[in-house]
Amino acid sequence: MIENDLLVKVSDAGLYKNGKWLVKGVNLNITKGKIVTLIGPNGSGKTTTAKIALGLYKNIEGTVKRLTNKISYVPQKVSIDWTLPVRVIDFMVLTQDLQDQEINDALNLTGVEHLKNNNLRELSGGEFQRVLLARAIAKKPDLLVLDEPVQGVDFTGEVELYALIKKISETLQCGILLISHDLHVVMSATDYVVCLNGHVCCSGTPVAVAQNKEYKELFGEKSSQLLSLYEHEHDHVHDSDGNIVKEAK
Amino acid sequence: MFDDFLLRALIAGIGIALVTGPLGCFVVWRRLSFFGDTLAHSALLGVILSISFNINISLSIFAVSSLVALILLRLQNTTNLAGDALLGLLSHSSLAIGLVVLGFLSFIRFDIMGVLFGDILSVNVNDLIIVWAGGAIILFVLWLIWKPLFASTVNYELAEAEGMNPKRVNAIFTILLAALIAISIKMVGLLLITGMLIIPAAMARNLSNNPKQMVILSIIGGLLSVFIGLYASFEINTSSGPTIVTVAIILFILSLSRIRKKY
Repeated sequence: MIENDLLVKVSDAGLYKNGKWLVKGVNLNITKGKIVTLIGPNGSGKTTTAKIALGLYKNIEGTVKRLTNKISYVPQKVSIDWTLPVRVIDFMVLTQDLQDQEINDALNLTGVEHLKNNNLRELSGGEFQRVLLARAIAKKPDLLVLDEPVQGVDFTGEVELYALIKKISETLQCGILLISHDLHVVMSATDYVVCLNGHVCCSGTPVAVAQNKEYKELFGEKSSQLLSLYEHEHDHVHDSDGNIVKEAK
Repeated sequence: MFDDFLLRALIAGIGIALVTGPLGCFVVWRRLSFFGDTLAHSALLGVILSISFNINISLSIFAVSSLVALILLRLQNTTNLAGDALLGLLSHSSLAIGLVVLGFLSFIRFDIMGVLFGDILSVNVNDLIIVWAGGAIILFVLWLIWKPLFASTVNYELAEAEGMNPKRVNAIFTILLAALIAISIKMVGLLLITGMLIIPAAMARNLSNNPKQMVILSIIGGLLSVFIGLYASFEINTSSGPTIVTVAIILFILSLSRIRKKY
């Protein structure tokens, strides 16, 4: 890890609120061009950890060092009330001033440029998530924080969205902090995984975490087997008919 | 045909409609109509305090309404009651306390109907200055906080994460509402001011598909209500405040035929 690429360094951070620790002892580095994924069961402190990294809490334990101010956030639940008439184009400039070109580029990258003048309420779950992403990347942030960005999207849509997130990280060279509850889908689109359960129960590359004993205890043996389906070592190569052609490597 | 007092009423009404238009949109978007009601009810206490201590009526209302707003924010953080219960508590307690204090002041001749429903025809030049100067300040501050306020209305967390300080702009917006009530009670009355806030904005919602359009239509709706309402009250000899609100309601009903809610 090159020190210059460091965006956020969270050291031994925790948050104590209403008589209990929401999360404790978190260490986390986010660097340019890398995707860090937080996983863990409900109530394990994923969102709290993300908010600590964003600097939204004042009374935390430990330290958070942020080396950038260009941060964009996609919250966990965004519901637009019907009392609010908001088009995609109004939503894009919600917290920022944008040139037309920047709006078009961002919508183009996430593949929803044609919805520019549609009302937010008319979008499907997948389209809405893409608009959320477009808004977040329009100013080319250094750091992107995505809290469960595939909510309300079917499985195929999920895979596509994670591919899109990967593409964003490569195109913009920004650091991404991703919150997810399913490791096996997020696998291909992540460089480093932190598994939370009130504290950091394990962390490392996706493969290492999937094999970790504590991870298996937390999510059950099955989920790590499921994972190996996606990441098994190829020791041979198939032709298009499925016959083994040769030994790989 | 138009007498001086009618002209003054018209100028005051225009001033109020220009402010209630945009503020009313935020009241509708943020679901604050009951909150507006509570602030308006607390104005009665403000009026009575102003009479008993002989202080400026607008200042007195503004002080009491702001105080009630702050107490509400405080109670929301310290009690387990839901927002509507707290609002009801504050709304009716300030109304009751106001009436009790009024009972002590039996030596004062006090037109309670004027406070409840307003009397736009009794507006004097001083009132006009208060409405227009106060209204200009309210609109200027609203313009300053527009972006963070709208962002936190759409999504609080997102605005917070991207450095827009929603807590502060929400508090400022509350103060603006209290200020609007302070400058408009004499003309519209405390029972009708929430109607002036909500009804034109609700009408505008039916006809618009983006926020700016809704604000503009809401202002136009308010202005039309004032023009037609004042004229009608003069012609058919009805009290002006309720007539203005009735016109607003008729505009709202008409707008239902062109509703843009297609999903």
